[in-house]
Amino acid sequence: MLNRLTISQLTTSLAKREASAVEALRSCLDRIRQVDSRVHAFLSVDEHDVSRQAEQADRLLQSGKSHEEMPLLGVPIAIKDVISVLGQPVTCGSRILGNYRSPYDATVIERLRAAGAIVFGRTNLDEFAMGSSTENSAFGPTYNPWDLSRTPGGSSGGSAAAVASDSCIAALGSDTGGSIRQPAALVGCVGFKPSYGLVSRRGLVAFASSLDQIGPLTKDVRDTALMMNVISGWDPRDSTSIPKATPDYRTCLGGDVRGLRLGIPKEYAIGGLEPEVDRAVKAALKHLESLGAEIVDISLPHTEYSVATYYIIATAEASANLARFDGVRYGLRVEGNDPLELYARTRGAGFGAEVKRRIILGTYVLSSGYYDAYYLRAQKVRTLIRQDFLKAFEKVDAIVTPTTPGPAFKIGEKIDDPLQMYLSDIFTISCNLAGICGVSIPCGFTVDPKLPIGLQFLGKPFGEETVLRVAHAFEQTTAWHKEKPPL
Amino acid sequence: MASSDFDIKYVAHLARVALTPEEEARLGQQLGGILGYVNKLREADVTGVEPTAHAFPMVNVTRQDEIRPSLTNEEALGNAPARLNGLFVVPKIVE
Repeated sequence: MLNRLTISQLTTSLAKREASAVEALRSCLDRIRQVDSRVHAFLSVDEHDVSRQAEQADRLLQSGKSHEEMPLLGVPIAIKDVISVLGQPVTCGSRILGNYRSPYDATVIERLRAAGAIVFGRTNLDEFAMGSSTENSAFGPTYNPWDLSRTPGGSSGGSAAAVASDSCIAALGSDTGGSIRQPAALVGCVGFKPSYGLVSRRGLVAFASSLDQIGPLTKDVRDTALMMNVISGWDPRDSTSIPKATPDYRTCLGGDVRGLRLGIPKEYAIGGLEPEVDRAVKAALKHLESLGAEIVDISLPHTEYSVATYYIIATAEASANLARFDGVRYGLRVEGNDPLELYARTRGAGFGAEVKRRIILGTYVLSSGYYDAYYLRAQKVRTLIRQDFLKAFEKVDAIVTPTTPGPAFKIGEKIDDPLQMYLSDIFTISCNLAGICGVSIPCGFTVDPKLPIGLQFLGKPFGEETVLRVAHAFEQTTAWHKEKPPL
Repeated sequence: MASSDFDIKYVAHLARVALTPEEEARLGQQLGGILGYVNKLREADVTGVEPTAHAFPMVNVTRQDEIRPSLTNEEALGNAPARLNGLFVVPKIVE
């Protein structure tokens, strides 16, 4: 049952020699054999490679290495299959990468290795992280561990389902418009999106470069702090990485929230919010008040434009970033009589429907005659959205919202209506546009069927400590995060 | 900012994506709907507002001009769909 442990529980166990890294790994592999044919969180696990890593971790533990020196020593961490790991595939959930294998480790992977982690299996995702349900994977959807007829959200649905089904100890995901927080909410785990520039993206296959961030999905808030200690910090090889010292995030755990001012945006009281989500979030606010936090009404007046702004900026950047998949240097190639034909045929055959939709939309909003009306205007509205947050943060320490308007939806329910799918990201998208940080933690369940509900805290730029402090205080005085899906 | 003049064939060509006739019909219709929705941005007053390209723009990010280890020719070509003499092979561009 080592697979069920959190990072802090497992490392305690490893340090006391009650368990070995090989045993922890075996327990995760057994769990995958037991449940993953139903959940499909993983695209691949290189058993030989992970066994070698576990044996190495045990040797280091035996030689007296401590978790102070190597905080993740012996801990299996699953990796969203959009992050490069030396010698391993990175499919991005797409056919277009063919048999591609990464010739280098992403910076976050180098950091996980330096911390002693077992860089574990590759998790499923919406193709190129474009989607909110993991249904856009070329390799089939991931299923929600709480109800296998439902999606786990997305795009980091594989990472979220792997954590929720105890098939790993923790995972890495990426978040461009909610792709860590939304699936975390829908499977009932913790999902953290760091401030833009805090975690290096070198080795992350780019979707929308001004929005993408790597972050952890974990079983509790303490584990998020432990993961952030390892992965955050300046990387001179990522020119958007912020040269800034990072704190020990453990110091914000167990902190007091008395007197902390938490903002409730009035614009987030939208019609589409499901009653059970509304009730759970209201109860959570009451609970936060009982802990001594002060609830303050705030306004984010440009909220109604956030989804439209996002889908112009993200698709424009995607159309440029995905130009590199042209059949010349790696991946799939469909031959043509000239380069143009080769590109178009390769991309036509290699990309799935959602990726084509977004590349074409992004190409259009950047095209001559439409650039000012769409892309430039969206960038200006982005300024207004960002200013809304900065203004709000003059009054409050953090903002509280539901993570999603409803619980996990059915497989197939929204797949043919892209606009409905996009609108399910309404509460998570602005965070990326503003470049701020955010976390989703469990705050309740619907009754029938029993599905997790997520509570989101949004923090100031580089306000990770406050967000983790309030999330931890909430978690430690509730029991929602301890519930396990009936797999 | 009308979306009625959205020409799926032309934009797909610009994007270098070959579409089947069925894809053209479906994507064209879906994108028409999405463009209708994003036209909402016309309502926003952006007079005098500067565009945001990055939340925390950093300028002149440079490094020392020094040679550092990088991929070898073999590693760089390791994933190539077609290669010859240490190069990528592509269809002929000039006669």
